[in-house]
Amino acid sequence: MRFMRWIPLGDSAVLIPVKDAPAAGELARRIEDAHPDGFLECVPAFDSVAICFDPLRVTAVALIAGLAAGGIRNAPRKSSSGANREIEIPVCYDPAFGPDLADVASTSGLDAERVIQLHVTGRYFVGAIGFMPGFPYLSGLDARLHTPRRATPRTQIPAGAVGIGGAQTGIYPLASPGGWNLIGRTPISLFQPDNENEPTLLRPGDRVRFRAITPREFHEWK
Amino acid sequence: MEVTIRQPGVLSTIQDLGRPGRRQLGITPGGAMDALSLRLANVLVGNPESSAAVEMTLRGASLHFDHDALAAICGGEFTVSLDGVEHSTQRPFRIGRDSTLSVGAARRGCRAYLAVAGGFEIGSILGGRGTDLRAGIGGVQGRALLADDILHARNIDVPPIPSGWFLADDWLPDLSGRVMLRSLRGEHMDEFDKSIFGHAFQVSAQSDRMGLRLRGEPFQRTRGAELLSTAVMTGTVQVPPDGHPIILAADCQTLGGYPRIAHVITADLPTLGQLRPGDTVRFVEVDLETARAALAEQALNLRKLRIGLAGRLPWVRTDACSAWT
Repeated sequence: MRFMRWIPLGDSAVLIPVKDAPAAGELARRIEDAHPDGFLECVPAFDSVAICFDPLRVTAVALIAGLAAGGIRNAPRKSSSGANREIEIPVCYDPAFGPDLADVASTSGLDAERVIQLHVTGRYFVGAIGFMPGFPYLSGLDARLHTPRRATPRTQIPAGAVGIGGAQTGIYPLASPGGWNLIGRTPISLFQPDNENEPTLLRPGDRVRFRAITPREFHEWK
Repeated sequence: MEVTIRQPGVLSTIQDLGRPGRRQLGITPGGAMDALSLRLANVLVGNPESSAAVEMTLRGASLHFDHDALAAICGGEFTVSLDGVEHSTQRPFRIGRDSTLSVGAARRGCRAYLAVAGGFEIGSILGGRGTDLRAGIGGVQGRALLADDILHARNIDVPPIPSGWFLADDWLPDLSGRVMLRSLRGEHMDEFDKSIFGHAFQVSAQSDRMGLRLRGEPFQRTRGAELLSTAVMTGTVQVPPDGHPIILAADCQTLGGYPRIAHVITADLPTLGQLRPGDTVRFVEVDLETARAALAEQALNLRKLRIGLAGRLPWVRTDACSAWT
């Protein structure tokens, strides 16, 4: 029987290499549905899926063999039909909320208005959630806006800050240190720990759009 | 029963076995840095292994008890006194009503776990009671314990506890400060100028519940492409561009983008949780079967202890066992 290619990630997880983030999300969904004995959880990322398991209940080899017996032998080549959610996130791009807007503009050779327009018209995909609870790594950023991370990270970034780090854009759900270029801020919460079923606004595989709002709308947001 | 924090110590937090199943939302499992000692402390007082306990770091807390209690302190060897009288650890003991338990400095190891029979009553959030300091959730208001915090626990009738015994050293993590961490080879080991096995490293002062930074001869990555972030686990040893390895610990991020040179086995993570700045670490290569056998031995010890105590602590259940990861 053919098995998926896998790499040990310590004694309680294996890593399955896949082509891209949509394929990772699709494979993670299939494994979660199969839920083999000893399975704990999947962690999809940009080109991999980790499968975490209880090493006292199952070995890595048995886990992979069990998935193969259940028909999961290959990493999917592409994701299934676009049943993904699309979520609109309001962002205030006023310079008071986006202290690095001018830097992104000068790196790209565009003016700030154009940077905002390109960021708002983009269509994004949550490749992975990590760094902190609910932090989405969004792919789909216009190549003209790709900007290297700041040489010196900030020690404090407010919750809701929208940033650009290299080829990706993302949103800080909690106040934290960070090195991304901040171009705006959303008034909505990306991490709600009291919501047991949906603690994070976004999940891997979601589609995201941004909508520009005024500082007044930001402050009056409920 | 109310347990009032008089002095919180250096860093005391409520911990349990963590908050599993939400890594894909960026929520770290967290939990006790030395989960074995937390389990042992709970078993010694007849609790389920996963009950919430107080994790203390390097210098412990002082706590006032307003009711009789049965308690155990496991893990690092700390000086402990009860109403000013020195007291031994790694065994269950009685605390009389209106007494003050003072956990002082660590003589060996880094972390101690205080469990009380009946368990501290802490609300569960996202599947765990432990404190995630970075996310600000769990424990008491998502933060470290402070003076005047009050912990609640069920009142129990404390049975007579035979004294003069304590857990043998070989049931506990290595507290020597010069440790061997049994590890599996990481995916990118061969891309470095040398093996991680056989070299000694010092634990840096820039170490915390997220990770232990090591100092030693730096590693150079001689080949291999830039990596996209993947899931990382507690025990994963990453090497950032400065060449100094970081062992990821209980509160680590869920994703990491640095090369993975090794993974400490689950059975040795408790030893990791007992390391303090300046301690010496060596990595020893083992295979998956050794890793599993070592973990199975710890699970068996806990089961033996539970059965051994069952006749003495009437509420102990011998069939209860909690998942390991």
